[in-house]
Amino acid sequence: MADYNQATYDTVADIIAEVSSIDRATISPESHAINDLGIDSLDFLDVTFAIDKKFGIKMPVEKWMEDVNEGRAKAEEFFVMRNLVRRIDELVAQKATA
Amino acid sequence: MRLEHFQLIDRVERLDRAGKAIVCRCQVPAESTVFDGHFPGHPLLPGTLMIEAMAQASGLMVLAMFDFRRMPLLIGVDKARVRGMVKPGASLEAEGRLVQEGAGYVAAEGHLTLEGKRVAEAEIRLGTLPFPTETLREEARKFARATGLI
Repeated sequence: MADYNQATYDTVADIIAEVSSIDRATISPESHAINDLGIDSLDFLDVTFAIDKKFGIKMPVEKWMEDVNEGRAKAEEFFVMRNLVRRIDELVAQKATA
Repeated sequence: MRLEHFQLIDRVERLDRAGKAIVCRCQVPAESTVFDGHFPGHPLLPGTLMIEAMAQASGLMVLAMFDFRRMPLLIGVDKARVRGMVKPGASLEAEGRLVQEGAGYVAAEGHLTLEGKRVAEAEIRLGTLPFPTETLREEARKFARATGLI
């Protein structure tokens, strides 16, 4: 059984495909948004905007990048699709209980 | 407007910090080399510059929002519409209103009006990045002072 929400995954993959003009079929749960899908930093801002808008959240992408750059976390913890989807669902859940 | 310098805002008329909105005045010059090609004998302000005017107004709002800690950079334009023609000498009002803010970006609704009539609109997205140099930050402050933002 997948350790991520399939519906969230499908929505996020659709957003990335559309915003970054990436063939949807090339996106998988194991894809690294930056290394595999080649989404650059400006493009990722647009992806962030679209995801924030769709889910009504604020992804703390700058904090994630800071954690990666300062060695507190690995990039794949945030930017591999299955992990990104899990984090989005966590943010949605936090918003619901706030 | 100093079209050749890509400075489209002449002055800030209203800044609503609480509501995160701004209104700027843009005086279209009577003459510019831009009009040589757009169009010969029939000068009109290009629609792309109308969109840029809304983006620059929204950018000034971002500078104020972040107190010059971050610089705005245009990353997206959606639903852009040019609804009227703007001739040399026109006095335009460029408005920007924040609609969404996230990590590293701001989304704003832009309107451009001429004598109360909307001539353009767009959804503008700006990346907000740390200034790459202090010199650039100071240039931004200088422009903000010249336009009355601060």
